Amino acid sequence: MGLTSQSTGIGALKEMFEIELESFDDIVIALAGNPNTGKSTLFNSLTGLKQHTGNWPGKTVTNAQGKYIHNDRQYILVDLPGTYSLLAHSVEEEVARDFICFGKPHATVVVTDGTSLERNLNLVLQIMEITDKVIVCVNLMDEARRKNIDIDLKYLEKLLGVPVVGSAARNGQGLEELKDVIEKLVSGEIETKPKKVEYDSVIEKAVGKLKPYVYQLLGNKINNRWVSLRLIDGDTKLLESIKDYMDFDLSKYQLLGDKLKSIYTDFQRKNMKLEDIKDSIVSSIVRTGEDISRKVVTFNSKNHNDLDRKIDSILTSKRFGIPIMISLLGIIFWITIEGANLPSEILAKGLFWIEGKLTDLFISIKAPVWLHDALVLGVYRTLAWVVSVMLPPMAIFFPLFTLLEDLGYLPRVAFNLDYYFKKACAHGKQALTMCMGFGCNAAGVVSCRIIDSPRERLIATITNNFVPCNGRFPILISLAGIFFAGSSGVFRSLAASLTVLAAIVLGVVITLIISKLLSKTILKGLPSSFTLELPPYRKPQFGRIIVRSIFDRTLFVLGRAVMVAAPAGLIIWTMANIRINNITLLSHSAQFLDPFARLLGLDGYILMAFILGLPANEIVIPIIIMSYMSKGAMLELDSLTEMKGLLIDNGWTWLTAVCTMLFTLNHWPCGTTLLTIRKETQSWKWAWISFVVPTITGIIVCFILAQSVRLLALV
Amino acid sequence: MEKNLYKLNQIPIGSFAKVKGLNSKGPIRRRMLDLGLIHDTIVKPVEKSPAGDPIAYEIRGAVIALRSEEASQIFVELIE
Repeated sequence: MGLTSQSTGIGALKEMFEIELESFDDIVIALAGNPNTGKSTLFNSLTGLKQHTGNWPGKTVTNAQGKYIHNDRQYILVDLPGTYSLLAHSVEEEVARDFICFGKPHATVVVTDGTSLERNLNLVLQIMEITDKVIVCVNLMDEARRKNIDIDLKYLEKLLGVPVVGSAARNGQGLEELKDVIEKLVSGEIETKPKKVEYDSVIEKAVGKLKPYVYQLLGNKINNRWVSLRLIDGDTKLLESIKDYMDFDLSKYQLLGDKLKSIYTDFQRKNMKLEDIKDSIVSSIVRTGEDISRKVVTFNSKNHNDLDRKIDSILTSKRFGIPIMISLLGIIFWITIEGANLPSEILAKGLFWIEGKLTDLFISIKAPVWLHDALVLGVYRTLAWVVSVMLPPMAIFFPLFTLLEDLGYLPRVAFNLDYYFKKACAHGKQALTMCMGFGCNAAGVVSCRIIDSPRERLIATITNNFVPCNGRFPILISLAGIFFAGSSGVFRSLAASLTVLAAIVLGVVITLIISKLLSKTILKGLPSSFTLELPPYRKPQFGRIIVRSIFDRTLFVLGRAVMVAAPAGLIIWTMANIRINNITLLSHSAQFLDPFARLLGLDGYILMAFILGLPANEIVIPIIIMSYMSKGAMLELDSLTEMKGLLIDNGWTWLTAVCTMLFTLNHWPCGTTLLTIRKETQSWKWAWISFVVPTITGIIVCFILAQSVRLLALV
Repeated sequence: MEKNLYKLNQIPIGSFAKVKGLNSKGPIRRRMLDLGLIHDTIVKPVEKSPAGDPIAYEIRGAVIALRSEEASQIFVELIE
């Protein structure tokens, strides 16, 4: 519904934050919390499928909103980015703080991890300084119980002065109570008296001096004590936000500035530097959290984290850490390749059976032959190919991958590899964005948001394409299967898996080299600070994994592929059917490209296929096959043996296969990824660089390999 | 106070140490404090990564990996 900015004070802010209200009675609840606290699980359980995700206005931070109805009222739940603090000034922290402070939600629920409450209280206390309308949800109570950790929720409630609800969101426990408490807090039935952190007396005195001036200027629209503290803390970002959201430029007010100056002079007289003040503020918050936690949490077993440490000592060990990581990846590929075979075949049969029926339909309505050929042999057949080749591997790969994610293994990958990324002047979390890239490079590029430093984020963005996505796996897998596997059956897929694995390890090595090169040239700089939490391992929830990976990833990627494959099918069919001098347009173009392609160990048709594959790499192999058969449409190839024969007849050697695989790994990103890079970096320049860097890499690698093999007369 | 101070990344795995001082500056300092690495906080190195750096530390009930660049700016006292 279109609420105008004039409607109400709240309405205006809702508009600035793009919150989708349906009526003025809607209640807006912010969901804050540390990462890894099960915040998203809670969000999903409360809102179900009534969700909508986008970006915060002007920020590359995901904004998820969802709805639920409780006692006939609609609640809009806004999932804030997971943060540990609101003081350290990453974009995420700024977004979270601004929404709590200026978005004026009716209540803010802070989700905390029951197994490490102390650390989580830092954020709770900071939020309670901004607003009174806070509910603390102690989540993962089941994990805490399993680890023999007792939490006295009633006492915690008393100490904090705000309502506390215990929950285990994965099992749906505590959700109803949470909804009730939210209702009561919003209606005013529950009143809160949030515990205020007490600061050093020097700071408290300064706050006392500054507060009246802040009140004069901003009135009751914002917590004066908190603003005073931030001013003393030297927080200029908050001043900017006050200007943006409240249309009020505090820095213009001489009196306030003078007061602040006199406070700093006081500090100086007492020999306190700004740094000491900042330290003291943070320390007071941390100590208050420590104190509360000591009073309410009892660890009944001293070794509650022993199992996690034992697993870590194997998974991150010097000897086994990296081998285990590579084997896990290898096993996932093997299961994917082995498992996808049969469903792919069945799917292909089914889809081509439908094609037959479509042809019958076109004949029965006496449609012109060219229309049938363009739509059925061009568009439909390309679609059928893409779906049958892509769907089964994705439906296997994504759930397996989500399983590793759910177990808590991925941060360990970043931990294991960080050293190498540091050497490349990049960020350890780049390893996580690469993991996402295995699924889809566009998704990988979006996930680069987790890297705070803009320089390192750009490096991760530009190099994401060096990990092969699901659209490129089929090329690697089928070529590996044809040229590098001896016998049949299990061994075939084993050898193929190893070849694919080798390609991926090579991709990682290239990523590191290119990252280093970028750091030394266009993205000069030193590695930024790196802190990475290794959360406890968690029991995965299989149901949720399947739903999440099928809906969020598989269908998303497939939908995208289908959207590009359909028009691409039409274009390719046209190129393969328009003849000039009795040679198709496709052949003309391929012949033009041929001399250059030969230098790279490819041929004109292969290079042509990669160019036409810009919308989606999935169609590269079908185009190659189609060109060789010089038929006007893509074919159904029933077996890899037939395909092998075709390729060899057209002059392929093992070198052609290797170069094609290398070029698959190193060439321009697909159209969607390029558009995503443009969107994420807000510049065509970086999208263009992301196009050029892997392309040049591919040309150089293939050229060197092809020429040296030929020089040594190995082919 | 100067007695037996070590850099955090020099403490053996499994031992306990107490934070006695921070040398880092600006936003990194703020981030370290936010992690709870304030004066007298007890820290325990729990795991080295395969290359020996970063190292994971148990800090106030959470396990956080720090690179040697950051950890060497944190001065600690060994606890027996």
